[in-house]
Amino acid sequence: MSIRDRLSGNEAIATAMRQINPDVFAMFPITPSTEIPQYFAQYVADGKVDTEFITVESEHSSLSACMGAEAAGCRAVTATSSAGLAYMNEVLYVAASSRLPIVLAVSCRALTGPININHDYSDSMAERDSGFIQIYAENNQEAYDNYLQAHRIAETADVRLPIMICEDGFITSHAIENIELEEDDAVKAFVGEYKPEHYLLKEENPLAVGPYGVSGYYMEARVAQAEAMKNAKRAILDVAADFERTFGRKYGLIEEYCMEDAELAIVLMGSSAGTAKAAVNELRAQGVKAGLVKVRVFRPFPGEEIAQAISHCKAVAVLDKSEGFSGCGGPLFAETASMCINLEKRPKMVDIVYGLGGRDFTVDHAKRVYRRLEKIVATGEVGPIYSHMGQRDLREDVQ
Amino acid sequence: MSEFKKAKDINEQIPWQELTTGCEIYEPGTSRLTMTGEWRSKIPVWNAEKCKQCLLCAPFCPDSSIPVKDGKRTEFDYDHCKGCGICFKACPFGAIDWKEVH
Repeated sequence: MSIRDRLSGNEAIATAMRQINPDVFAMFPITPSTEIPQYFAQYVADGKVDTEFITVESEHSSLSACMGAEAAGCRAVTATSSAGLAYMNEVLYVAASSRLPIVLAVSCRALTGPININHDYSDSMAERDSGFIQIYAENNQEAYDNYLQAHRIAETADVRLPIMICEDGFITSHAIENIELEEDDAVKAFVGEYKPEHYLLKEENPLAVGPYGVSGYYMEARVAQAEAMKNAKRAILDVAADFERTFGRKYGLIEEYCMEDAELAIVLMGSSAGTAKAAVNELRAQGVKAGLVKVRVFRPFPGEEIAQAISHCKAVAVLDKSEGFSGCGGPLFAETASMCINLEKRPKMVDIVYGLGGRDFTVDHAKRVYRRLEKIVATGEVGPIYSHMGQRDLREDVQ
Repeated sequence: MSEFKKAKDINEQIPWQELTTGCEIYEPGTSRLTMTGEWRSKIPVWNAEKCKQCLLCAPFCPDSSIPVKDGKRTEFDYDHCKGCGICFKACPFGAIDWKEVH
């Protein structure tokens, strides 16, 4: 039986952690993820978990401690945001290439500068090449559900990769919403025990982790890691299918909303999807064939699935909540557009960078995007492929 | 990949499918398999006649390349001696020469 409750995204993730009872939590606080270890510290103090709770001196150390614990054969977790994730950068790559299935909760927050504590994806997008699996939540329920699925995905034998469970800083991490929690026993049964084949504390199996890989080995190691990331697609779907059978909530690599006959579509991630769905509903009521694709999994990138979902549309706007400074669009657009390159028939596509550093994204903004797509279809003119939305601007013709 | 693949079976001819996950190594002491002697640009040469068997050189060697047998040092392990010269400095009796590699 599910339990009705109302929690913030951070408390939902901390609750999932309590239910899973990981072996090691190496923590260092940073806004807006701080509440996750804060709630968890209370569970430790109250004896509700028997996790080794390590307070370390930096994020570089928290992830390093997780690596050591995971290599020793433990389930290791941590949480971070923004500059904390950036400070982990070096270790993220080592953890991924060492194939250690650490679960890292990220309350996504802008990177400096100017210094800002609010939400966008500049932190997690900067780590898109780190080798971590990345799953993004639209709301508190998804943050909780994604977390319950994380360990099994990461620990899948032909995957064995670390995973980031991302939620939108403050918007999801701090807003309290209704949520359906699952019983502790049901969660423990779903997640299961961690039984790694090789680990440092296994007496009969001496183990060395992270050896030097000269040029005679590095290429092969990277190919193996790339194949593991490809395997993660299947593992994510397998775990989601079991999650649906067990708890009744359905997840995929992407979520298609009103896409069957959509002519105009938005592709985006995270909490903005809820806002844009409201716009889709309003426009559908007016007879506009609007649809939406929410990208739940960013690593591995579900390029074929997104391309398939939007292939029949006339115009598509990709909404990027991080400015990659490529000078020609954000990362979600670059990857979405590149995966459409070989479609027989493909929509006109534009990129709109929005919501940086906590800038609001409203139903009205989403409707303006659809109006622009209508105009593209009516005139056949794409206009600027890459633009920004929501900023104060002297130019009149921007969104 | 293969569950307890031996380090001696991991080499620069095998395909990626045959590497261990994360390049893990499942046995101790495998550095013996890597011949680091070719890194040397200078070489220590042991002069057994001058040697008093004081054994100061062996514990100073950072690469365990001065084997000690029955309480006496023996010939250098040139497969692994990297030519750091520490033994030459440590020897109080001038029993280790420090020569160019030709």
